[in-house]
Amino acid sequence: MTITREHILKWLDAYAHAVNAHADELNRLDAMLGDGDFGASMQRGLGAVQSKMPSMAEQDIGAIFKIVGMILVNTMGGTSGPLLGTLFIQMGGKTQGKTELSLRDWTEALQAGVDGVMARGKAQVGDKTMLDAFVPAVEALQAAVAQGVPVVAALQRAADAAKFGRDETARLIARKGRASYVGERGVGSIDPGAANAYLFVQAMASVVGVE
Amino acid sequence: MKKLINKPESVVVEAMRGIEAAHRDLVRVHYDPNYIVRADAPIPGKVGLVSGGGSGHEPMHVGFVGLGMLDAACPGPVFTSPTPDQMLEASKAVNAGAGVLHIVKNYTGDTMNFEMAAELARMEGLEVAQVITADDVAVQDSLYTVGRRGVGVTVLVEKIAGAAAEQKRSLSEVVAIARKVTAQGRSMGMALTSCTVPHRGEPTFSLGEDEIEIGIGIHGEPGRRRVPMASARDIVGMLAEPVIKDLPFKSGDEVLAFVNGMGGTPQIELYIVYNELARILDGCGVKITRNLIGNYITSLEMQGCSITLLKLDDELTRLWDAPVKTAALRWGI
Repeated sequence: MTITREHILKWLDAYAHAVNAHADELNRLDAMLGDGDFGASMQRGLGAVQSKMPSMAEQDIGAIFKIVGMILVNTMGGTSGPLLGTLFIQMGGKTQGKTELSLRDWTEALQAGVDGVMARGKAQVGDKTMLDAFVPAVEALQAAVAQGVPVVAALQRAADAAKFGRDETARLIARKGRASYVGERGVGSIDPGAANAYLFVQAMASVVGVE
Repeated sequence: MKKLINKPESVVVEAMRGIEAAHRDLVRVHYDPNYIVRADAPIPGKVGLVSGGGSGHEPMHVGFVGLGMLDAACPGPVFTSPTPDQMLEASKAVNAGAGVLHIVKNYTGDTMNFEMAAELARMEGLEVAQVITADDVAVQDSLYTVGRRGVGVTVLVEKIAGAAAEQKRSLSEVVAIARKVTAQGRSMGMALTSCTVPHRGEPTFSLGEDEIEIGIGIHGEPGRRRVPMASARDIVGMLAEPVIKDLPFKSGDEVLAFVNGMGGTPQIELYIVYNELARILDGCGVKITRNLIGNYITSLEMQGCSITLLKLDDELTRLWDAPVKTAALRWGI
């Protein structure tokens, strides 16, 4: 089984719906560490993506990712725009010209995206950022590829790993972005970026294999 | 919340329309993406200076577009970084073939968006350099934070590098001068009150009637510490001491002393602050040879001030004195 262009478009829609459902929670988490508008920014960015979806139907997956990346960068602003935009733009670079993805393709695309976020934000695992959920998800996918795990099960493993990583951020002290000024006062609260990363990974598990 | 606005979501665009109506002789205003550009840009042979950041800090940056200062400014939403499409279009609008310099305050959103804009501009064949201001001594520069924030020195970089660019100096020379200013300038601020972002409708933080915050940034971020209300003399001491010690500024140094209001503090109080600062510097043997006093980098209606010291030499002094004609700074012309 492969991940088709239709899956990708459904996934983006599912991700946007998940963000809408959790927007208040994302704002609340952000208010503890930053300026409290992360959920609203995500809604604005993914809302713009949804409105441009009809024009993406004929594009290849790489082009779709690049378009999504540029929309996010230019509608979200702040820190989340360039980070999520870079994630998608790098994924687009890895999937150029493809209209379907094997599990390995998807894994390599996400890995390239996450590497891009790391470079852009100059952050590492453990800094209390989206990376603390994305990196475990990529590692779970890599292990699944190596073990020959079927696509649907592999995507679920990635979602589980992202969820665990998200929850673990509650123990961490933020070292990046505005949250870094809060320091130890932020311990006990999960990182909103990691919460969003889980929604991203979980949305993919929710649309592939659920026909 | 009481504000002279029509609706929160149109604050930035309506202010841009006001600037457009007021300063047609100085600037052109472009919407979607939003940027403000010198009326005579691009100027042949001149390095284009572009800055930008969240709105709410006026006159920075939009009030500093004009002769001898910025070629373009990109206003973001209130307290939120502008986006790369604004910076890219502004860069193209001021590019005259001599290169473009982005002046960026060290806030994560600003640095990342400007970095992406520079990448996109280079893909289109522009030569882009970047200078980051990070002069706020309230933040410990260490592995554990994103580093010092860019505050008062930003205005001084824009003025001084702007003068160098106006003299048609090369991109590398303008960058070197801008870096000299960032290397030799330090700042620290304080707040008597918080401020209210229009779309949030409630103060960013709360301060008791008898409390002040020492070491604030320019968005109402937490400062170094909260202390009881004190006299201007004591408060200026709390700001000046860490600034002087950090560079350090030494006996015999010549400095530009910049007392900046956060938006809600009257000029009469800023002069009281300047008087205290001058007294402290005099006691250290540091000589003020240039000064600037007023509201230049604000946090909406916040009451408070920041002090910035810049160590001067002949070159920086000459560039500071050079003619400037912008909405907010004008002399020698």
